[in-house]
Amino acid sequence: MDDLTLRIRDLNLRFKSLFSDTAVLHGISLHIRRGERVALVGESGSGKSVTARIVLGTLQELKTSRISGTVEVMGRDLKKMTEKERYALRGRDISMIFQDPTSSLNPVFRIAELFHEVLKRRDPGISAAAARARAAQMLAQVSIHEPERALDSYAFQLSGGMNQRIMIAMALANEPALLLADEPGTALDVTVQAQTLELMREMVERNATSVLFISHNLGVVREFADRVYVIYKGRIVEHGTTEALFADPRHPYTRALMAAVPRLTGGGIPDVPEVSESFFDPMITHEGLREPEPTR
Amino acid sequence: MPPALRAVLGKLITTLIVLFGVSILIFCIARIIPGDPVRIALGPNASQDMVDALRAQMHLDAPLVTQYVYFLRDVLHGDFGMSLYSKRPVIADIAQFLPATLELMIVAGIIMVGVGLPMGILAARTRDRWPDHLVRVITLLGVSAPGFVWAVVLMLIFAYFVPIFPIAGRISNSFQIPQVTGFMLVDTLLAGNLAAFADAFRHIILPACALAVTGIGQSARLTRANMVETYRKPYAEMAQSYGFPAGRIARRYVFKPSLIPSLTVIGLDFASMLGGAFLVESVFAWPGLSRYGVNVILVKDLNGIVGTVLVIAATFLIMNIIVDLLVWWLNPRFRLGGRS
Repeated sequence: MDDLTLRIRDLNLRFKSLFSDTAVLHGISLHIRRGERVALVGESGSGKSVTARIVLGTLQELKTSRISGTVEVMGRDLKKMTEKERYALRGRDISMIFQDPTSSLNPVFRIAELFHEVLKRRDPGISAAAARARAAQMLAQVSIHEPERALDSYAFQLSGGMNQRIMIAMALANEPALLLADEPGTALDVTVQAQTLELMREMVERNATSVLFISHNLGVVREFADRVYVIYKGRIVEHGTTEALFADPRHPYTRALMAAVPRLTGGGIPDVPEVSESFFDPMITHEGLREPEPTR
Repeated sequence: MPPALRAVLGKLITTLIVLFGVSILIFCIARIIPGDPVRIALGPNASQDMVDALRAQMHLDAPLVTQYVYFLRDVLHGDFGMSLYSKRPVIADIAQFLPATLELMIVAGIIMVGVGLPMGILAARTRDRWPDHLVRVITLLGVSAPGFVWAVVLMLIFAYFVPIFPIAGRISNSFQIPQVTGFMLVDTLLAGNLAAFADAFRHIILPACALAVTGIGQSARLTRANMVETYRKPYAEMAQSYGFPAGRIARRYVFKPSLIPSLTVIGLDFASMLGGAFLVESVFAWPGLSRYGVNVILVKDLNGIVGTVLVIAATFLIMNIIVDLLVWWLNPRFRLGGRS
């Protein structure tokens, strides 16, 4: 069981303030092994992104959040860690890729400066020159042909696809064990999104990086993930290998999700019920899969 | 021509046009307000002949347009006329009094930026926790009372009850400092007199603080508001997700993009200190332009009023140019031009 990069067990999340109490996650469990690419699929508001932010440890700092259940990153329980220790994971053991690369890169700093700050997470004393050399090398790996020019640019001077490549290079520069990809490249053109996802897959395969891939786009998930969890309103409704799940979607919500994809061949916008009693049916786990027992 | 130079030239031209407009406006207003400046200057005992003679000498008997043309001709030769109040060229008066005011403004501006911005950063970083609340109370106090009230309060506390600072003036009478730049802090250093420099520094602290209080409040609140906004941007979340140190995120990655929209207002706050200085200088008996301005208005010294107002207008416009240049320098999007 030592190869578990991420194990989430019975995770609950509520946002509680003086006037309201909203439950967001109702006891979700999932796991990712070393080098595995696992997708968390669901519509907006289903709790995908908050799950990533709990793993990252940023949501814990919010005064209104109430979290229960366990999240273990490489066997270490986040709840037993101090805020400082959780912070130490970020950017080193866990990194993240966002929806819109261009707005995720600070507009008043050059790429080289941002890269330097990222590399300092692993090597705090790294010089600007050494950081630049390492950054150029990383950018070459994501097929940026003129790394020097990109490093001297600001994000707004570069194309979305270029920024996404830079984001991937930054995310993987410190060789993290876990990459959280929150709707990566959803803001990009489909062709550019496809290219950058392909690139991301090559990179994580090479480094055996585990990926939690958060998406609402089934087509992309099918191409990218080994295993899929389908989440609906804070509950996991179906868990299967990508192959099994797409060949044989069993939960009513999963089927509705698949039916909702517009076909290139026409036929109009699919008719999907907004909510159905059956979407709350018990979770379905495909054969041969189960959540691992607690470590030690 | 590089775009930077063209932008500056364009600004300069606009500035000159605005100054021209202001000069017409203040020239007319000064002559329309009731009261006969010549009579006031010569006193009630002067004969009508003397009054008429001076009036003719100053072209005050000519039509307004003719008067303005005379005025403009003189100004273009660097001559703002004689002051009826001091009986000296207005330009000499301004040269004597303006440095004291500028010095006060610059020190107040440094205090405003040096205290206000860090307070705003602290508040934004600790938003909705106690340091934020503390800053909110302090800044609210700062903006809710005008500078001259703070002048009186500071004077009472730090010069009267606890007399650690002098009560009035720029420097103690025991020091004789030759005037080179007119900036006391600079002149004392040029004279190599460190004791005098320390004395001048002690004199300027209280009036500069009084002048800065409102600006501190405004710049801190503005900085906080813009930074809280920036903290919601994806690139701020990126910095947090990658574990950039919280202090560096605040001071660098969130502060810098937030400063750009704040700068324009902070620049105008700085320029408006010139107005606040009028009362603060009176409270601290600071021998600056403001006191001169008040006095020339009281005796309806036409040339003095026009000269003073033009200097104030020019200060605002120059400040505007400086702010534009700073924004341009800080914001790579302006500097380089971008796709989006």
